[in-house]
Amino acid sequence: MLYREAGDFKTSYRDDSQTFPIRFDRFAYYVLLAVAFLVVPFVINDYWVNAVLMPFLIYAIAALGLNVLTGYAGQVSLGTGGFMAVGAYACYKLMTAFPDVNIFFHVIIAGGITALVGLLFGLPSLRIKGFYLAVATLAAQFFLVWLFNRVPWFYNNSASGQISAPERSVFGIKVTGPETEAWATYLFCLIFVVASAWIVRNLTRGSTGRRWMAIRDMDIAAEIIGVNPLGAKLSAFAVSSFFVGIAGALFFSVYLGAVEVGEAFGIQKSFLVLFMIIIGGLGSIFGSFAGAAFMVLMPVLLKNSLVGGLGWPTDLAAHLEFMIVGGLILFFLIVEPHGLAALWKVAKEKLRLWPFPH
Amino acid sequence: MNDMSPDSYVTPDGRTIGGVVMEMKNITLRFGGVVAIKDISFDIREGEIRAIIGPNGAGKSSMLNVISGFYVPQEGEVWFRGSRRPQMKPFEVAAQGIARTFQNIALFDGMSVLDNIMTGRLTMMKTGLFAQSFWFGRAEKEESYHREQVEKIIDFLEIQNIRKTPVGRLPYGLKKRVELARALAAEPKLLLLDEPMAGMNVEEKEDMSRFILDVNDEFGTTIALIEHDMGVVMDLSDRVVVMDYGKKIGDGTPDEVRNNQDVIDAYLGVSHD
Repeated sequence: MLYREAGDFKTSYRDDSQTFPIRFDRFAYYVLLAVAFLVVPFVINDYWVNAVLMPFLIYAIAALGLNVLTGYAGQVSLGTGGFMAVGAYACYKLMTAFPDVNIFFHVIIAGGITALVGLLFGLPSLRIKGFYLAVATLAAQFFLVWLFNRVPWFYNNSASGQISAPERSVFGIKVTGPETEAWATYLFCLIFVVASAWIVRNLTRGSTGRRWMAIRDMDIAAEIIGVNPLGAKLSAFAVSSFFVGIAGALFFSVYLGAVEVGEAFGIQKSFLVLFMIIIGGLGSIFGSFAGAAFMVLMPVLLKNSLVGGLGWPTDLAAHLEFMIVGGLILFFLIVEPHGLAALWKVAKEKLRLWPFPH
Repeated sequence: MNDMSPDSYVTPDGRTIGGVVMEMKNITLRFGGVVAIKDISFDIREGEIRAIIGPNGAGKSSMLNVISGFYVPQEGEVWFRGSRRPQMKPFEVAAQGIARTFQNIALFDGMSVLDNIMTGRLTMMKTGLFAQSFWFGRAEKEESYHREQVEKIIDFLEIQNIRKTPVGRLPYGLKKRVELARALAAEPKLLLLDEPMAGMNVEEKEDMSRFILDVNDEFGTTIALIEHDMGVVMDLSDRVVVMDYGKKIGDGTPDEVRNNQDVIDAYLGVSHD
């Protein structure tokens, strides 16, 4: 009786539209949350947090954000790195200008500022689609990175041109700066991840999500049945940029601590997050997490097994790692173009009937 | 339905046809040098089934697109429910209560049947982005209310068993039915059907005809439809507009139209000797 919905009847529309309709799923989800909040913080060390968990959590937020725009609303964006930079620099400016305000609010406001910038760069989407829109967002990427490099106000005129996060704490526990504890930064990010996923789920299961998906699937029909394309596209850009901005703020303040914009938020970052949602699954919240996990964990796993396990030289392993990750991406896209989320869905459908064939 | 307006009448089968809901006055639509619709006027009365017929390329679909606001005619006026309609975007027209189906099915393939039908109610769903982010409360109440309305339509069109199926997996006939459901979900005052029976077999046509009559009968919905199957058109409709090469060549009850010499010529051809 591993995975059954027999006897699990829904008597209200509320029950029928819940996130995890199957009882076993719901249970597994609560267990996962409990482990993430109550067990993991006590057993992790610096290595796990810095190499695996933190990048996974932060990229998961960025992937959720981009998935709103590309996966749900169908607008391709290559500006993710630039929008993460907006979040990071907004957070930096807020942290230095208002040192007394809690970092928690700084991160959220940084998301809000990024949403406004995203709205601005989303305007071309009203006239152009597909590849052409991708090129327009590419312009946003390069413009924003250039802006943060060239205007000293953004990095408070520091000599190095870098920004570095001052020490800030939540409830007396340090979450940014050089002397943070692994578990504190982990929990801080985890809270944002859970909240983001919950909000994205709420938006995508209701009327907003349907507006986005209608525009994605057939924009002309959507307009004729009553979707305002302006509102739908711009709200997707705003919501998407909000989460990407939060990811950028966390990436800078909590994870890296010090950032040089071209290095941390270059075009590679845009592609990385785009790959995450393509491999994970477009238009799927689970896919955002699966993609982030794949792109973060796979290199770490390969490195550990090649260098640590087989004792290969580091440089050889590093080159091989590129090739293997690239090959795996191709493999997954050929086997399952709809991403890991689709594989997971097929597995679940099979599991519901297992061991009976029909 | 309106109070009995002075020009309302009762059809032989006992339905009451009210006053004029929509009136097209001297509509002309051009695409560059091509004149798709040439100076056409006709009206649609409340509660009736109004057919628009004509040979291929006569401008029927263009007419429907003018009504739903997708094309803007160069000349002429559109009157809806007693007032002249200013130039509007299609989604504003939809919010006024005009819903439609498409000649080539235009469903949202990535979504389930239920979600597709729920999109029909988007013009009525007003909860803001912020309230929706937190779901519990307003957003959930709104969702449940609209779900209930949609379930009535699902029952009505007998598609309960496929409500969670992705639309892309459905056969053609069912897709057409889902599209009708989506249009009905908007509770339209005027329903436009663009070839609802194209490509269907006899059984599916019978089903669809039954649904169209039921919609008209039970909800009192005014319907304007384009159809090529003459048998269907003559059976279903109260009045028929006949178009040919962008011009109106006939307008009246099915019997009147059937005996109109211009219509016969347009359909059968005229000898030129």
